[in-house]
Amino acid sequence: MTVAADYGGASRPQAGGEASPEKLLAPVLSAFWDQPESWTLETYRRHEGYEGLRKALAMPPDDVIAYVKDSGLRGRGGAGFPTGMKWQFIPQGDGKPHYLVVNADESEPGTCKDIPLLFANPHSLIEGIVIACHAIRSNHAFIYLRGEVVPVLRRLHEAVREAYAAGFLGKNILGSGLDLDVIVHAGAGAYICGEETALLDSLEGRRGQPRLRPPFPAVAGLYACPTVVNNVESIASVPAILNKGKDWFRSMGSEKSPGFTLYSLSGHVANPGQYEAPLGITLRQLLDMSGGMRRGHRLKFWTPGGSSTPMFTDEHLDVPLDYEGVGAAGSMLGTKALQCFDETTCVVRAVTRWTEFYAHESCGKCTPCREGTYWLVQLLRDIEAGKGVPADLDKLNDIADNINGKSFCALGDGAASPIFSSLQYFREEYEQHLTGKGCPFDPARSTLWADNDAHLGVNA
Amino acid sequence: MTTVSSRGQTPEPPTSLGMPALPAPDYPAEVRARLEADAKEVIARYPGPRSALLPLLHLVQAEEGHVTRTGIRFCAEQLDLTTAEVTAVSTFYSMYRRKAGGDYQVGVCTNTLCAVMGGDAIFEELKEHLGVGNGETTEDGAVSLEHIECNAACDFAPVVMVNWEFFDNQTPESARQLVDDLRAGRTVEPTRGAPLCTFKETARMLAGFPDERPGAVEATGSAGPASLIGLRLAKGEVAPGRGAGHVVSPRTAGPAEEPPSGHPGEQAPPGHPSSHDAPQETSASDDQHPAGPTAEEGE
Repeated sequence: MTVAADYGGASRPQAGGEASPEKLLAPVLSAFWDQPESWTLETYRRHEGYEGLRKALAMPPDDVIAYVKDSGLRGRGGAGFPTGMKWQFIPQGDGKPHYLVVNADESEPGTCKDIPLLFANPHSLIEGIVIACHAIRSNHAFIYLRGEVVPVLRRLHEAVREAYAAGFLGKNILGSGLDLDVIVHAGAGAYICGEETALLDSLEGRRGQPRLRPPFPAVAGLYACPTVVNNVESIASVPAILNKGKDWFRSMGSEKSPGFTLYSLSGHVANPGQYEAPLGITLRQLLDMSGGMRRGHRLKFWTPGGSSTPMFTDEHLDVPLDYEGVGAAGSMLGTKALQCFDETTCVVRAVTRWTEFYAHESCGKCTPCREGTYWLVQLLRDIEAGKGVPADLDKLNDIADNINGKSFCALGDGAASPIFSSLQYFREEYEQHLTGKGCPFDPARSTLWADNDAHLGVNA
Repeated sequence: MTTVSSRGQTPEPPTSLGMPALPAPDYPAEVRARLEADAKEVIARYPGPRSALLPLLHLVQAEEGHVTRTGIRFCAEQLDLTTAEVTAVSTFYSMYRRKAGGDYQVGVCTNTLCAVMGGDAIFEELKEHLGVGNGETTEDGAVSLEHIECNAACDFAPVVMVNWEFFDNQTPESARQLVDDLRAGRTVEPTRGAPLCTFKETARMLAGFPDERPGAVEATGSAGPASLIGLRLAKGEVAPGRGAGHVVSPRTAGPAEEPPSGHPGEQAPPGHPSSHDAPQETSASDDQHPAGPTAEEGE
């Protein structure tokens, strides 16, 4: 049996799989991460860095917005909103300062793309920021970086310093008349601050709690001024679009989901890591090229875009991983965080832990989320411990339904996703946990070192 | 005292509606002068002064190792806020310590993916090895242990963070060696990030003051191995299998000699296998701050 055959035989074997990684992958943002000192301005410029900016500064701001809109670039932070349209919503000539806030609060469980991107290639973000600020007529940008990633903070501090010294930030950038200051702002530990309005409250020095919309940030954002909030990867993708052209960008992906993106493969796979590819690649193709699941194991369930996106199973290996494809299959592309779990993993344990996360991170503002996540945790812990009763499963569904769509922000919806989807695909496994039986799985078999372990049999 | 007790174990201060607490003491004059200069620099970065509050809380944490009443008073005075407003913010965010901690904050990721990949076993191992629970500090004041949520490094699971630098692909053995090295004062280098400095020094960077140590920015190179895997494939290089070399952490000499059972229920209350991951008492009072409801009036 080949390794590639190990991850599941339930779905179409003919889809994809045959093409070589050279054809299926498209490193753009990650193209030179293997170069020495890839994070420096010098290395970045050797790879056409800041060329997109020169082209953008030669265009009127509105043309830049139209160009990015025409490219079809959509937000890479989860929601997939067209980036150019977000810029277009900023009122012009209103006499108020405009702000760009980059959401670098990457915290969605499973998501691990922006942090390696900023560690290896921070200048792609800085260049994108300058282009975006030219477009929306902003003189002030903020990078809201989650605090728990000091190695990235260090490189952002250095990249901003280098960019000022080289005249890419500061006064009269490249003689264009654009003045721009960029502030690197470290957060202090709160998942909710990845939600754009909570992020703005946090950046204003408050508890990170989401705001009721409208007004949207484009009208009343930071300091009640027009504000664009974009994900790191969205902004970092802009320089390449300007430099290589929107037609080049549209030559990748699909009509509605054009371009390249970072897919993050993690969990029980042979080779976890970052895979930059055109939108629409499938998990089967990614696993085929990267060595499949870990040896001797099969894919059981996976998330297409972090824990807040409904989980998939091996039936979904051929779902095109773009906004429409994943949506049509009943989930969301999210952050393209492909967390893969094999047959040794207890789905009840996984969902319980995610639910504990949502309960911990619920900001407490909205009652359905604050109370609902608490009660979900109580029920799930009892079920995991074998103290659940059959009615608990419907109760889980019912509570999740009372959270979903009933709070200010999407955190509650995210908490409901793993509940709904796991009950949909793995109800039998929940039932196996009920009435005194407890968890039938041995967690020792799931660990990274499990199959290296000569003594595994003792515990199994 | 053997350990600093965790928030969850701190007895609730008796409810008293009597005398309000006295205002927090100020910093000594020379400390205050130094911090005021830093604070001025931080505040000047922002169009709105209150935006400086999170960095200022990192700054006072850099001074004392945790956010004290004195630090809260300092932030309030710099920004013309009440101590109640500052306290409300500082207790919302998990990176602000509410009590004294160790020089090294060791965080084991126990969110689902890392937990399944071995994070639970690592956390159990460290609790037992160090003799401390979640949120507690070793007797020598070196290591504070906690479990953390997803730290955006899932392709390097299981992950341990020390002072918010990455220690990737850990095992119970490598993590035990790591904390032993920290307690022995040996130089410890992360898988991704700069050689460790103390918690206070790290907090200063978070306040927005760049790391000035030579070599700190360059340390550990451009990207970790997992970050490069797609690029290598795209260039026609063959993906490595996940063999023993990949599994064993760079910090250990050999593979696991004694397999942990990895069962998360072992030290958790019976019947609740995951309950070490329970939500924290996020609004718990600072035990140095036994203020009754009328305290702010006294300040």
